[in-house]
Amino acid sequence: MKVRLVDIAHARSGDKGDTANVGVIALKPEWYPFISERLTRDRVRAHFAGVITGDVERFALPNLNALNFLLHGALDGGGTLSLKTDAQGKVFSTALLRMVLDVPDDEARTLGLPAARP
Amino acid sequence: MSASPKADRIVRVASGQGFWGDWLEAPRRQVEGGPVDYLMLDYLAEVTMSILQKQKERDPAMGYARDFIGAMESVLPAVVDRGVKVIANAGGVNPVSCAHAVLEVARQAGAAGKVKVGVVTGDDLLPRLDELIASGHGLTHMETGEPLSAVRDRVLSANAYIGSTPIVEALARGANVVVTGRSTDTALTMAPLRHEFGWGATEWDKLAAGIIAGHIIECGAQCSGGNCLYDWRNIPDLANIGYPIVEARADGTFTVVKHPNTGGRINVPSVTEQCVYEMGDPHSYITPDVVADFTTIHLAADGPDRVRVYGIKGRPATDKLKVSIAYRAGFKAVGTLVYAWPDAMDKAQLADRVLRERLDRMGLRFDQLLTEFVGVNATHGPLAVSSGEAQEVQLRVGVRSPDRKAVERFTREIAPLVLNGPPSVTGFAGGRPKVEEIVAYWPALVDKSVVQTSVEVLS
Repeated sequence: MKVRLVDIAHARSGDKGDTANVGVIALKPEWYPFISERLTRDRVRAHFAGVITGDVERFALPNLNALNFLLHGALDGGGTLSLKTDAQGKVFSTALLRMVLDVPDDEARTLGLPAARP
Repeated sequence: MSASPKADRIVRVASGQGFWGDWLEAPRRQVEGGPVDYLMLDYLAEVTMSILQKQKERDPAMGYARDFIGAMESVLPAVVDRGVKVIANAGGVNPVSCAHAVLEVARQAGAAGKVKVGVVTGDDLLPRLDELIASGHGLTHMETGEPLSAVRDRVLSANAYIGSTPIVEALARGANVVVTGRSTDTALTMAPLRHEFGWGATEWDKLAAGIIAGHIIECGAQCSGGNCLYDWRNIPDLANIGYPIVEARADGTFTVVKHPNTGGRINVPSVTEQCVYEMGDPHSYITPDVVADFTTIHLAADGPDRVRVYGIKGRPATDKLKVSIAYRAGFKAVGTLVYAWPDAMDKAQLADRVLRERLDRMGLRFDQLLTEFVGVNATHGPLAVSSGEAQEVQLRVGVRSPDRKAVERFTREIAPLVLNGPPSVTGFAGGRPKVEEIVAYWPALVDKSVVQTSVEVLS
């Protein structure tokens, strides 16, 4: 079944030069291992293809049930140069939460993951 | 060692300002809403120093965050009568003038002699820039590796991020208000804890705990329910939001709280959101005082609107300081128009094509020309999903160029579209877009030995 990341995690993002960071936090601690396994660097890089120009770095913070992603080349050269509405990367957080994950039905049931609303 | 009677002592540091422009009510609410020992006010963002530098060029007595003077007026009774101490990086590029303005506030309130202002200087490297480059400090861009000489003639400001040590010294010398220039945001919280608990300069775990306490409260209400995505609908009484306070203990553990009878919410999710804000490599949060490890932070609920923080580890500081350099980088302007139903998006797209064709025919060249459709895809770009016909769309076009004239000409091309472009257009009441000079940010490193801070206590 399909699970929306926005239903199982929350997030906050910010900027540092031309890099946006997105911290993703599991809504329930028992969902963190699942989120950590699914949100690989490659998966997040593919999600932001065409949105950022640089690479993606990934860091795990199991102590906070969180992952931190650095999205390089996200801000047109940096906050003050950028012409974007989101020049400071404040809503890259919810852009990442748009991700939809395919999860085998029994795994989703075991973890109690909510199914995406149609 | 046996437990000293002071082992349970709590020092309260309150956050009253998360950036220059934050809620004017917050500092007063923090000192009046309950017990606090220190009020910490953070005014500086990456490019704030360059704005202040421009102000100082126009008037040598300016160059600091004027909001701070109003804040001091509002908290002065607490400082004078109840011994609350204030620590702020409001000094910008002119901490000495800022300190004199604070003393003037005290004098006018009849409290001269009861306010001692510690001033920290030495972070300003602008006057020394050529000397530093000549003696082999390249100040290369931390990300691109370019030498500073590439933009040297356009530099507006250059400041080293300095740590807690000079603030601790000012407190030790009896200051009850400390004003700094480009101190790190986190040092404003850590310094009073180091001063109160006597933490040594190599007690890495405690220093790291102080830094992380600072990180959690440095953005004001952003850890107490503001801008909080978790369960946002149910966060109570945002109109009356309580700003955060750290209740710190000598062992480096602390609890994040807010005053009673305030709105907002402090819980593990709200504090976690702030922990990950503007984070780089969580293993190495590098500050002038210590390298803090965010993967060692432990959070635990400790009653309503209380989160206990413990387990934090730190490592020795590096021998470098980060330098924040701002330089002129051309001009930009952003223009907007609003298109109404029916077919709002189609009309906005046509207007964008017309605008671009006109700019092109005039031969105007821009480094960048960006179109966004607000209400459709402005914030999430290609990730945005359409959910039916938009009821209205704001066309938002921005340009950037080293040529000011090209940007100015662009600003004259928006309004005409109201009469000579697609129909059902409105929302141009703000007039022509403003041309803004772009100030870009150049992060670099410099040897610590190069930067000598000094502390003066004025009264």
